Formats: sequence, structure tokens, C-alpha cells
Amino acid sequence: MTPSLEAHGLTRRFGSFTALNSLDLTISGAKCVGFLGPNGAGKTTTLKLFTNMIYPSEGSCRINGIDVRTDRKRALADAGVLIESPEIYPSLTPNEALEMVADLRGVPASERRERIRTVLAEVKMEQWADQKVGRFSKGMKQRINIAATLVHDPEVLLLDEPSTGLDPRGMAEVRAIVRDLKQSRRLIFMSSHILSEVVDVCDEVALVDKGKLLFYDTLDNVTAKFAAGHGSVDVGLARPMSPEDVAGKIAPLAGVEKVLQLDPKRLRLRFQGGLDGQERLFDALAALRIGVISVAESESALEEVYLSQISRGD
Amino acid sequence: MATATADAVRVARTPPGSLEQVAKLTRYQLREFLRSRRFLALTAIIVAIGAILTTVVAYFRSDLTGLVTNNLAFYGSFWAGGANLVIVLAAVFFGGDAIAGEFQNKTGYFLMGLPVRRSTVYVAKYIAALLASIAMLGLYLAILLGNGAYYLHASALPWQLGVSLVLALVYLGAVLGATFLFSSLFKTSAYGFVLTAILFLFGFTLIGDLVTGLVKIEPWMVISYAESTIGSMFASPINWGLTGSVSRMTIGMGRGAITTTTYTSGIAEGVVIMFVYLVGTAAAGLALFESEEFT
Repeated sequence: MTPSLEAHGLTRRFGSFTALNSLDLTISGAKCVGFLGPNGAGKTTTLKLFTNMIYPSEGSCRINGIDVRTDRKRALADAGVLIESPEIYPSLTPNEALEMVADLRGVPASERRERIRTVLAEVKMEQWADQKVGRFSKGMKQRINIAATLVHDPEVLLLDEPSTGLDPRGMAEVRAIVRDLKQSRRLIFMSSHILSEVVDVCDEVALVDKGKLLFYDTLDNVTAKFAAGHGSVDVGLARPMSPEDVAGKIAPLAGVEKVLQLDPKRLRLRFQGGLDGQERLFDALAALRIGVISVAESESALEEVYLSQISRGD
Repeated sequence: MATATADAVRVARTPPGSLEQVAKLTRYQLREFLRSRRFLALTAIIVAIGAILTTVVAYFRSDLTGLVTNNLAFYGSFWAGGANLVIVLAAVFFGGDAIAGEFQNKTGYFLMGLPVRRSTVYVAKYIAALLASIAMLGLYLAILLGNGAYYLHASALPWQLGVSLVLALVYLGAVLGATFLFSSLFKTSAYGFVLTAILFLFGFTLIGDLVTGLVKIEPWMVISYAESTIGSMFASPINWGLTGSVSRMTIGMGRGAITTTTYTSGIAEGVVIMFVYLVGTAAAGLALFESEEFT
């Protein structure tokens, strides 16, 4: 199978500054990959190289096996791209802007209207379809930008911090959109520095810092590997729990290292013992009959990995 | 929220050929121009120029009998005089920030995410700017023809006006080519606007005058020199040649006398200059745009 995204020795220097240093990355299959890193790590540089907006100093990158430097038109034919919150010509309406995109991407005229209607519904902008984009807020424009990446139903999506600049509600909605997109068998390669976003929607994570790829693996493997047998989960409860009960019932459970009560109905448990320890902990929680209604891997697990790896590079 | 394509078989889309994409993108770019404030502003400026022309001719018609009774003199004066200004203004308005604006306004980031060649974007923007500029030239011509019809009545349109119009269109193409080149030098719209405005409104003329006055040679290397062919069509006899005509005028007498030299481009020479600029600036501008990065 041809990998969806490939980078080989991909390097980009701006004068004496190396923004990306010999990136080797191969991603195949339908999944969501979070491309994590602090500001200036090289995330946007990588995405711009993948779309030929900037050119590599060394190395190459391919989308669906096609070199973007030598044939960007074919390489981007089956990719949807959102980089740096672009602006749409202000006099166009969403319908017209998406029609332009569909037109240039070769979506047949017979399907165009239906596709545009569908993607506008996906980003909840149907009622604004005939208003001029120039009057939209940043969040509304970003939704149209996301719709534009989807109008041709691409196999690969390259999203550069898609929720940047949005209010909390807008961020949540963008996450919901990305989660839905995962259902439709495509590769989503999404840069972000928001860990909760990555934990929420991504299956795999690549961490880049100072232009170097630090690791690329599944989210579970990353947290398991770098947490050295330690894990962290957020537990949701149906009923409030008193601090005394937390101290008396949860803290003594086997494997539990630390308990943090986030609010009366939410706990964050740090435990040891890897996946076996996690299984034993869940069994013990169920046996306590304290009204556990959800258990999710804590954002802090990735956060700990992130901070440990980033600080290691300092 | 449902994703309509979740279980459907995905069909990979094949983008249209580059020529087809140029045609499609031109349509959207032209729509953007026609809806823009600058289109409205330039229309207002040309209507104002037309109104001034109409008023002046009407008011001074008794002093302008030589103009309002002779179609060659009428169009030679008002067409040749105004067309250049309209061309330069249209080029500045529609081409000044055509490329720089794609960087500054970030609309280029939207286009560059699409499977289109950079040359497609460049050519489509050029054609759209050319069409919008032709509309402006057409507006000015329409005002002029209206005046001509009133003063010259049934007098036939001189064939020279037709040739002059063709020359004006070629000149427009060359000026826009140069404007796009200057616009490609920058990533800030204002720089593109200012440079093109300065160069085309008086910069090139000044350079031409300096070349003529100081170096004493024909300023064939300056694009604005070719513009004189638009008016030369109404001269008699017409210089169709590949070399310009020269006229010298001496002011004063004795040692204090100053001789000024004026060159006027031959028609063929002007056309060659225009085409060289058109092709040269298009190639250079495109190469610049290809090499520029959306950092």
C-alpha cells in the first residue's frame, strides 16, 4: 500500500536557523495523527512543505506517493489542506467559494451542489451560505475553510491547528467535526499544541521539537512507553463523592499513586503497573459501586510525556 | 453530526487541465474585481474624467471648432490623451497588488491549498485584471463616442481609431504585465501600489526624458515610450516604421540657446517594445511568483 504521507530527510533552513531537521516520517491508513510540538517547533513548516507553499532545503515529501515538489497538482488532488487560517476572497459567499474549490478540484457539476450543501451542514454554516465571507467572524471563516477542505471528499486531510483563534465553543465544535471525519476512512494529519485536542481526537501522535521528530507512535504506546508503567485516568462519577470517601476508599486501592479530586464528580487517578495495573484498578473501582460512569485516559498522561520530552531537548 | 460520506466509496477527483483551471479561476477573480470597491472607485473616476471632458468641450466648443468638426483631430486629442491615463489607472488599481495582496491578505494560502499550479493562479489573475481594465477602457471609449456622435454627427469613425484601440489594448497588456512583475516583488500590497503608481504615472516618463536629454538616444527601453503610438496613429503621415521620428526645437538664441529633442515611436517599433515588455515581464513575474514562498 502506498503511504498517504511520506517525508524523507525533509529539512528546511531559514538562513542559519534550521526550522526542520531531516524529518523522516511515513504514515499510512485511515486514522487521525496529531502533530504535536511547542510554538516554533516546525509543525507549520512541515505542513507547508507538504503543500509546496515553501520549498525544502533538502529531502522530499510525498502525498499518496506523489512528490509535491515536482507535481503539486497531482499530489494535492486527493488532499484537503488548511494551513494558517487562510482568507477567502471577501466578496464571495460560502456557496461561491466552495463552488470555486469544487470547480478547480474537478467535482462533477451534477454532484457539486449536494456536496457543498453537505459540507456546509457539517460545519454548521448552512444558514450563512449566501452571505459574503468578508463579513464573517474569524470562527465562521475557519468553518468555511474546513468545509473547503472537505468539498471533494479527500483521502488525506492536512490541518494546521484548525481550532486556533476560535472561542471554546468553536474549538469544541471543530473537535467534533474532526472526530466525525475520522469515521469516514481517511487520514487526518493535524498539527496542534493543544494536548486535550490531541487526546480527544487523535489515534497516533508525532512529537516534534526544534525541528527534530522526537517520536511517532500510537497514543497508548506513547503514554505507556514514556510513562514507564505509570498511567493517569480521569474518572467520572454519577454521584458526588466527599473528600473523606476519596481518601478512604480510592487512595488505598492497589496501584494508585495519587488521587486528585477535580470536582465532586470527577477524579484524576495516577497509577502504576501499566495496562495490567489499569485493568485491576478499573475492576476495583467497579467493585466499590461508587457510581463510575466514565473512565478516560487523562490528558495529563500525554502532558507529562510532552513536558518531559520537550524539556529534555532544552 | 453525521458525515455523509462515512460509508460511501470514495471517488478520487481528477482536477481539470491547467487551461481549464485558468478559465475557471479567471471567472472567480473577475467576479471579485467587479464586486470590489476599487472597481466602483475607478468607474467613478472615469465617469468623472468623461464628465469633465464633456463639459469642457461643450463650454469651449466655439474655441475648439478645429476639434469638434474634424473626427481625426477629435479622437486624436481626446482618445489618445485619455486612454493612457485610463490604462495606467486600471493597471495600478487591478494589478498593483494582484500578487502582493495574495500574500498580505492570505488569500494565497487558500489558493495554494488547491491542486493548481502557481502559473495557473498568475495567468488567471492577469487575465481577470486585463478584462476588468478593458471594461474601464471601454467605458472611456463609450463616453468619447457619445461626445463624438453629438459633435461630429454622421461623420464616420476614422479607421485610425480602430488601430489605435488595438494598440491601446496591446499597451494595456504590456503595462499590466509590468505591474504584475512589480507586484510579485513584494508581499505587501501598499508597496506594489505605490511602486506601480509612481513608475507609470511619472517615473517612466521621467526616465525617458532623462535618457533623451542626457544620453541623447531614443528611449526605446522605456515602456511608456511605446504609448506614443496610440496617438501617433492620428498623425499625418503615419510612421509605420521600426524606428522613431525625431524632432528638435531650439529655444533662445546664441550661446544661451537650448535645443530640446523629442522622439516619437514608430508604430512597428512601439508594438515590438510592447510585446517585449509583455513577454519579458510575464516570464520574469511568473518566475518570481514561482520562487516566492508562503512563509
